[in-house]
Amino acid sequence: MSEELRLKTIIPIGPYHPLLEEPEFFKLVVEGETVVDMDVRIGWNHRGIEKIAEGKTYDQVIFLVERICGICSTSHPIANVLAQEDLAGAEVPERAQYIRSIVAELERLHSHLLWLGLAGHFIGYNTIFMWVWKAREPILDLFELITGNRNDYAMLRPGGVRRDIYKKDLSAVRKVMDELEPANEMLTKAILDDPVMGARLKGVGVLSKEDAIRYCVLGPTARASAVDIDVRRDEPYAAYDKVEWKVIVQEGGDVLAKAVVRLLENSESIKIIRQCVDRLEELPEGDIWNPIPQMPVGEGIGHEEAPRGECLHYIRSDGGNYPLRVKVRAPTYNNLPSFEASCLGETISDVALITAGIDPCYCCTERMAAVYDDSDKRLYDWQDLVRLSQEKTEKIRKELGK
Amino acid sequence: MDVAKKIQSKFGKKVELAQRSPKRLYILVDKGDLPSVARYLFEELKARFCTASAVDTRGGIEILYHFFFDELSLMVSLRTLIAKPSPQIDSIAPFLKGAEWIEREITDLFGIRFVGHPDPRRLILSDDWPEGEYPCLRSSD
Repeated sequence: MSEELRLKTIIPIGPYHPLLEEPEFFKLVVEGETVVDMDVRIGWNHRGIEKIAEGKTYDQVIFLVERICGICSTSHPIANVLAQEDLAGAEVPERAQYIRSIVAELERLHSHLLWLGLAGHFIGYNTIFMWVWKAREPILDLFELITGNRNDYAMLRPGGVRRDIYKKDLSAVRKVMDELEPANEMLTKAILDDPVMGARLKGVGVLSKEDAIRYCVLGPTARASAVDIDVRRDEPYAAYDKVEWKVIVQEGGDVLAKAVVRLLENSESIKIIRQCVDRLEELPEGDIWNPIPQMPVGEGIGHEEAPRGECLHYIRSDGGNYPLRVKVRAPTYNNLPSFEASCLGETISDVALITAGIDPCYCCTERMAAVYDDSDKRLYDWQDLVRLSQEKTEKIRKELGK
Repeated sequence: MDVAKKIQSKFGKKVELAQRSPKRLYILVDKGDLPSVARYLFEELKARFCTASAVDTRGGIEILYHFFFDELSLMVSLRTLIAKPSPQIDSIAPFLKGAEWIEREITDLFGIRFVGHPDPRRLILSDDWPEGEYPCLRSSD
């Protein structure tokens, strides 16, 4: 540490801190309230998964990479099977393609909602947190119905998917989408119209387009800074080239733009899922897997758009039963270093929000409490609570003169 | 834009191209020429740097630098071989900010020294991991 730095005030955050869900250590060098330098130390979560993968068969590797992350737990398996299929030159049945897209988009929905809830929680707006959790819970229940698990769905296998989504379950998928759509619209409006949210998020932690390209950031972090990239469109996998949808790009680069990207992507995901469900209705059940008998010698690259950005897997094979090398690059790996560009010059209180803006991972569930009076009659239902909340927002708007 | 042709005409015999499929182009390049080819891809052709992956082989440690052309749906991987012992190569991080972390990680796991790296500290191994032990080398299997 240089002599100059010794005389400065350093605020350590982490590695175990109430606001950071996962162990990472931020060192903030501050002058007054302003952050002038920043460093991050990672590695507390290093589990040697790439090394472990070298001792697993190709089928087992899918199970292993599914456990890298509990939130985007289907992203790593998709990227890995794409790498294996690239290596083996395998074709995937059409029905399996649609199933992959449904699972991936459901995951994007619950992941984006989770981020939104936590972002609300981080800025002390716990109403958002509770509302979002209510909307997110049915998605996890739906996962349990169609895959057997709320998380770690184990749906992927090289050459196809492991389990079919039966026609009798499709109506449940449609029902959840029909209920989620108005909830997502309501949340979008609530956030975009709210003057407090605007005051708190607009212009905070701006990542310019130039910096986004320089740091090679990915996913919603890049798209909020006007970098128009999305692997789903740029190298279509699963069923993304067979359905209608659009890539959401925003100009702002601030935390608000990142929120807008995720909220609008939710409606695109709902659109994609509905079209995939319609196609599953028409396709015959059961044709979901083309076995890959033997991995040839060679290498393969697979990448896919996880909720947080491009997830990339590289596999090297010597023709045996075990891969010679599995390289995993998760999106946060590229997104996190961009704090140098987005945090410096901001205040301490904004830094937690900005680093949360790229969406680190977290897993938990919450339940709603009903309010009853003495006679056990329910005082407020959901609509009442929404109305009360909107009235409060209107009041604040008037007070602020907006 | 034909990326393969552009690279071939710019670097001539310095590069050896292998188009495995319409979406995958592998380029073998000498480690001395790697930074200039990487710089050309990133700055002139506007490719996006995805990541780098190293693998320990009999002939030395191989690194692949993966670049993606989003508009062309083309993955270009620059392959270079680094001889052991005391492997080293010029860093691409001075002009490619997004490569800083992955080069630090490869140093941790494979012991490759990236000459000219602006911040060559340990990244993912713990502070008490012994010096000179590289978990992803075959010698530590």
